[in-house]
Amino acid sequence: MRAGGGGIVVRFTLNGREVEVTTRPNATLLDLLRNELKILSVRRGCETGECGMCTVLVDGLPVRSCLMLAPQVDGRSVTTVEGVGDPERLHPVQEAFVEAGAVQCGFCTPAMVLTAKALLDRDPNPDERTVKEAILGVLCRCTGYAKIVRAVRLAAERVAGGVRE
Amino acid sequence: MLPEFEYHRPASLEEAVRLLSELGPDAKVIAGGTDLVVKMRAGLVSPRHVVDLSRLTEIRFIRDEGDRLKIGAGTTLWEIENSREVARGVPVLREAVEEMASWHVKTTATIGGNLCNASPAADAAPPLMVHDATLVVVGPEGRREVPIGEFFTGPGQTVLGVGEILAEVVVPKMRRGQGAAFEKLTVREGALSIASAAALVEISGGRFVDARVALGAVAPTPIRALKVERALKGRPATREILRSASREAKADIKPITDVRGSREYREEMSVVLVRRALERAVERAGGAWA
Repeated sequence: MRAGGGGIVVRFTLNGREVEVTTRPNATLLDLLRNELKILSVRRGCETGECGMCTVLVDGLPVRSCLMLAPQVDGRSVTTVEGVGDPERLHPVQEAFVEAGAVQCGFCTPAMVLTAKALLDRDPNPDERTVKEAILGVLCRCTGYAKIVRAVRLAAERVAGGVRE
Repeated sequence: MLPEFEYHRPASLEEAVRLLSELGPDAKVIAGGTDLVVKMRAGLVSPRHVVDLSRLTEIRFIRDEGDRLKIGAGTTLWEIENSREVARGVPVLREAVEEMASWHVKTTATIGGNLCNASPAADAAPPLMVHDATLVVVGPEGRREVPIGEFFTGPGQTVLGVGEILAEVVVPKMRRGQGAAFEKLTVREGALSIASAAALVEISGGRFVDARVALGAVAPTPIRALKVERALKGRPATREILRSASREAKADIKPITDVRGSREYREEMSVVLVRRALERAVERAGGAWA
C-alpha cells in the first residue's frame, strides 16, 4: 500500500472498539489520538521519545505514540487509559494509585497507569526493581516515584494476592 | 505533525527491495521509528518517501541453528531481551539489550534499526562484534553477507547501498570454555552510552586461547580493540596480563568530546570498562585464572 500528501485510511481497534479514521501519513499515533480522536489523556510531552507522557499500549505493550506513525497502527489494537477503567469501575491499578496517593499534578498519570497495567498483565507479582525498570521510561516531576512504585505493588497485591519482597 | 512524505507499506521483503530501488536515495526505511522519527522531527532528515518494514514477519524471528543463532533484523529489542535462545546462545547480547533504552522504546525499536542507524554508541554492536556476527543484506543484486566489522563506515554511515536492506544477523553461539560480558557507562539506566565495552574470552590450559574486545561510543563507529586482543592472545590468563592489556585500549580508540563526556574521560574509562568486561568474561569462562 502507499499514500501520499492526501489522506490515508487507518483501521484499528481503540479500547475494544473498531475505528476507521482518515489521517495523513505524516501524522504520528499521538497526532491521530489527540487531534483526530480527541483523546487528550495521551499527553503531548517532549515528542522526542524521552519523557513517556504519550504512552499508549499497542497490542498490550507500552509504546511511545510520538514515535509511531499513525498508519503503523493499522490493524492493531490500541489501549489508552479510557480503555482501562471508568470513574464508576476503576481498574485495580487506578484504585491503588488513588489509595497510595500516587497522583500529584496528574500529567504523567495516564502513562503510569497504562505502563503498570501492561506490567501486571505479564508479571502479576513484580518485585520493586521490576516495577522501577518498567516505569523508567515515564518521567514524573512531582512524586519522586516512591508512591507510584508503592501503588503498583499494592495493585499487584490486590490482583494476585501477594508480592515478592 | 512531521514534515510531509509519502508512506509505503510493502507486503514482502522482495517488494521492499524493489520499492527502495525505484525510489532511490529520497526514501528512508522505518521500523520502530525510535531513531528516524526523532531525526525527522529535529529536521535532520526529511525523506520524500518512508518505507515501513514493521509488518514484515519474514524478518522478525529468532532461530536456533545449532552452533549459530539467526536473528531477523525486524526483531524488537524487547523480543531479544525475552528470548531464551538469545539468553543461552548469545548472553552478552541480552546483557547489552537489557541496559538499552526503556521498555517503551524496546517494544518497537529493532536490532536492525539499531545497527542501520549506525550510531557510534549503538549498544547492540559491541556484543555482536565479539561474536564475529555476519549481517545478511538483501538488495536488487540479490543477497550478500557482510562481517559486522565491515558494516559501519562512519557515524550514521553503513555499507548499505540504494535498495539494500539488512535482513538478518547470524551470530555464532558461545562455546564451552568461552565467557563474555558487557559493560556500559551512562548517566542513568536506559540512557545512551558514554562508552561501552564487550569482551569474549576462551581460556584453555591457563591461557587466553582467544580474546575479542569491542568498544562503543569511543570512535566514529563501534570498533574492535585489536591491540588489546593481541596483548592477550596466547598469554597466561593472569590478572596482571589482563590489566596491562586493558591499557592498550587507549591506542585502539579515537574518542571525541561531546555532551555526554570528554575525550580524556572516555579514554580513561575505556580502559576501566575493558578491564571489567574482561574480568567478568574470564570468570564466566570458568574463572580459571592462571
